[in-house]
Amino acid sequence: MPSIPAKPPRLTGEALCAGYESRRVLDGVDLAVAEGKLTVLLGPNGSGKSTLLKTLARTLIPSAGRVCLDGKDIHRRNTREVAQRLGILPQDPSAPEGLTVQQLVGMGRFPHQRLWRQDAEQDARAIREAMAYADVTAFAERSVDALSGGQRQRCWIAMVLAQETDLILLDEPTTFLDLKVQVDLLELLSRLAHEHGRTLLLVLHDLNLAAAYADQLVMMREGRIVTSGAPEEVFTATNLKHVFDLDAHVLEDPETGSPICVPHKRQGSHRRAQPVSHQRCVS
Amino acid sequence: MTHSASLTQPGNDTDATTRSVILSALLALVLLASMGLSLSLGSFPTSFDQIAHALTAPQDSDIAFIVWELRLPRILLAVLVGAALAVAGAILQGIVRNPLASPDVIGITSGAAMAAVIFLALFGTGLSIHWLPASALLGAVFSALLVFLLAWKGGISPSRMVLVGIGLSAAMGAVTTLLIVISDDAAAMVAYVWLTGSLYAAQWQDVLGMLPWLLIAVPLCLTYARHMDAMALGDHVALGLGVNVLRSRLVLMACSVALAGAAVAFAGGLSFVGLIAPHIAARLVGRSFGRLVPASALVGALIVLYADLLGRVAFLPKDLPAGIFVSGVGAPFFVYLLHRSRKRLH
Amino acid sequence: MLNHRASRIAGLLLGLALVAAAFAASVMLGTTEIAPPTFVQALLHYDPARVAHIIIVTERLPRAVIAALVGASLAIAGALMQTMTRNPLASPGILGINAGAMFFVVIAVSLLPLHTPAEYVWAALLGALVAACLVVMLSRGRQGELSSLRVVLAGVAVTAMFVSFSQGLLIVDQQSFESVLYWLAGSVSGRELSVVVPLLPLFGIALLLCMLLVRHANALMLGDDMVKGLGMRAGTMKLLLGLVVILLAGSSVALAGMIGFVGLIVPHMARGLFGVDHRWLLPACALLGASLLLLADVASRFLMPPQDVPVGVMTALIGTPFFIYLARRKQAWP
Repeated sequence: MPSIPAKPPRLTGEALCAGYESRRVLDGVDLAVAEGKLTVLLGPNGSGKSTLLKTLARTLIPSAGRVCLDGKDIHRRNTREVAQRLGILPQDPSAPEGLTVQQLVGMGRFPHQRLWRQDAEQDARAIREAMAYADVTAFAERSVDALSGGQRQRCWIAMVLAQETDLILLDEPTTFLDLKVQVDLLELLSRLAHEHGRTLLLVLHDLNLAAAYADQLVMMREGRIVTSGAPEEVFTATNLKHVFDLDAHVLEDPETGSPICVPHKRQGSHRRAQPVSHQRCVS
Repeated sequence: MTHSASLTQPGNDTDATTRSVILSALLALVLLASMGLSLSLGSFPTSFDQIAHALTAPQDSDIAFIVWELRLPRILLAVLVGAALAVAGAILQGIVRNPLASPDVIGITSGAAMAAVIFLALFGTGLSIHWLPASALLGAVFSALLVFLLAWKGGISPSRMVLVGIGLSAAMGAVTTLLIVISDDAAAMVAYVWLTGSLYAAQWQDVLGMLPWLLIAVPLCLTYARHMDAMALGDHVALGLGVNVLRSRLVLMACSVALAGAAVAFAGGLSFVGLIAPHIAARLVGRSFGRLVPASALVGALIVLYADLLGRVAFLPKDLPAGIFVSGVGAPFFVYLLHRSRKRLH
Repeated sequence: MLNHRASRIAGLLLGLALVAAAFAASVMLGTTEIAPPTFVQALLHYDPARVAHIIIVTERLPRAVIAALVGASLAIAGALMQTMTRNPLASPGILGINAGAMFFVVIAVSLLPLHTPAEYVWAALLGALVAACLVVMLSRGRQGELSSLRVVLAGVAVTAMFVSFSQGLLIVDQQSFESVLYWLAGSVSGRELSVVVPLLPLFGIALLLCMLLVRHANALMLGDDMVKGLGMRAGTMKLLLGLVVILLAGSSVALAGMIGFVGLIVPHMARGLFGVDHRWLLPACALLGASLLLLADVASRFLMPPQDVPVGVMTALIGTPFFIYLARRKQAWP
């Protein structure tokens, strides 16, 4: 592959330690989020991937270390300013009853609005485009809580898109959704990174989807980063065993070349291919 | 209505805004008419002409006295108190993200009540009763601060604040009850009436004392209207949108405490209005904060105005505290509203 | 935390001893100190000429009995409510049950010539029922689930409503006001034993139901779906347990007015020691609740002598720090 000079990362975390109350989750984590790419944080439950995302997003304050956005400590920046560059979709967001999709997407314009300065046209355009990109224009007047899980999630993504940020962080955006819906969402996010040059950081649960769509995979375990790199490099049986304690084969998708893992089954082979004689049809 | 302008799109949103503006205007008109009605009713019969005459060309007559010194201040205070309590309730319901929250819930009312009863117990009817509002307000602020301090744990979670508020309210309520029980019957009755909420003997200085709170706190909380709408989506989402959640919450809470505290200080425990009025207003104009606040204020003003009117004229010659009617009519209505709104969502 | 059967039995026995000691303290301490031999004498050889005996029989003994009975009942009611709503802050005081009972009693006393708890306990039960239904109705969320905070707030709203109704009524009807005021604050004094006796069947029924339903209460903790999976009917169970709560709370209010926090705190203390198994929890609640209220009553005699502080005030003063501690501890509040 021809090597394109990588753009310097805008969002970095240095020696991050973070947690909740007395529980320390992150233990000295360094991460530079690759510019213009889709990075996925992967790891077993409790590995700290959501915590890392929240710390990078500045919603969680680290007990040690710092997060830098465009060279400056993110916690020293004005939060509204940060919101103009970095958008977040938290896990399992909920909209109040009766809120329409239009209104929800409109909330994404908050960082660009001021009491004394209104740019209604800009806002309207951003909202329109965001809804079109996320394919929720048809639902504009409907209540968010009346939609299906997948449709709702697209509305939330539209809100973050309306924010018009270069960096977008998403915490488990595909959990509990149908596979088809998950794939559609990841396709959308992938396009954002590759066709529009946005920087995306996702926490995902599904190993294979992560391997299929990530440009960079970051594997975490017990509050530390174990390994990171392109899926082809790091999505190996050894790493899967190390990080997830999972015994699996790693195969290659014949079409795209991206890795797929198939867990070893304990019991054998009663479903292995039968000898031909048993399958002869009686005609 | 500033932020909704930015969401202007062809379609329902403009309609919704227009509709809410019209409804609010209608409410304002109804309020003015009701004030006029209330002016003309009372233990001393008066007619509309006499009222109009007294208002425009006041002379030294009985009617002018009744209008200017007795009824008008009382009506104006009712309107101001109702509006203040309603806005305080709207703010709290937004912060706590729960339609069942009210100023009671963070201990404001109990704090003011306790201070008022302490005042009455210590000074009885000796010291000028005009210091009662000041002491009640101090009590409200003190209890709000105490709730805040006790609920602080690296930040303010609305639900924790509510729970601490409930606990403190119970304790302050116990002290209040104790004081009432040990004081003599007359003082106890005075305290009890105050607790229920009454606009009896309202004077111009009360109106003037109440007005600044509204003039300052209401516009201030409206500047945080969009912040409030963003916070309705959850703290994390709001943070992601660039809302300084802590600061917004502090300012809004301060507004709520100021409004509720002042209202309770001047009119006693009418705080149920803060629970009911925002609901009714939300049914009319929706929950977008910028529209909700003015509408709540108008609804609250109407509720207290009519409650006071009923107290004045429905049981002549007795003058019953407005609080009885606010709870008596408001509470069952509130239960009905909640029940209906629940069913509609299924 | 007592984990072994033996230690739990020991714990309960200790609890029993605690109740006995508190009971004795309640009888003996006060503005007039009474020595143990006098107490025994009053019980066995009652002599109406001796002042001490009179005090014991007409004042101290009923007071102690009521305190023990009401304390135990409120504690059990609170424990059951916390299990049914799966909310650690549920209690008859917070969820408006006490306030509803009180309001209906106030109405009954104002409108009808009812004077003894035996006469107006029915109003109290009805009021408790109405309040309970209101809270359940108000606190259901969109999908019919009961969110923790919503239940508490519903309780606050219902309490506020009934309290202000009562206040209003008492202002309008001043005669009732004076007679009812002290009782409203929560008081176990001023009643004779003869007043308590007619209510005993109600407490008895509640106790019986409790004993029959302990296993079911245990199952409820797992969630309605689990209950169904175990072959029990969640709806019926909740109804019956609700009946127990109403009987206990309503009768307690009829006897002693609004006493809060006992139903809230004691279950937590009992759970900390005996775990969540209702077969141990409920007896522990009864013993601890009785002790707490007895001791609070004793303390109330010495807070502002010679004035008797209503015991409801004492429980609020004692209970609030604990409640605030609980509120701060809970992290994952929605």
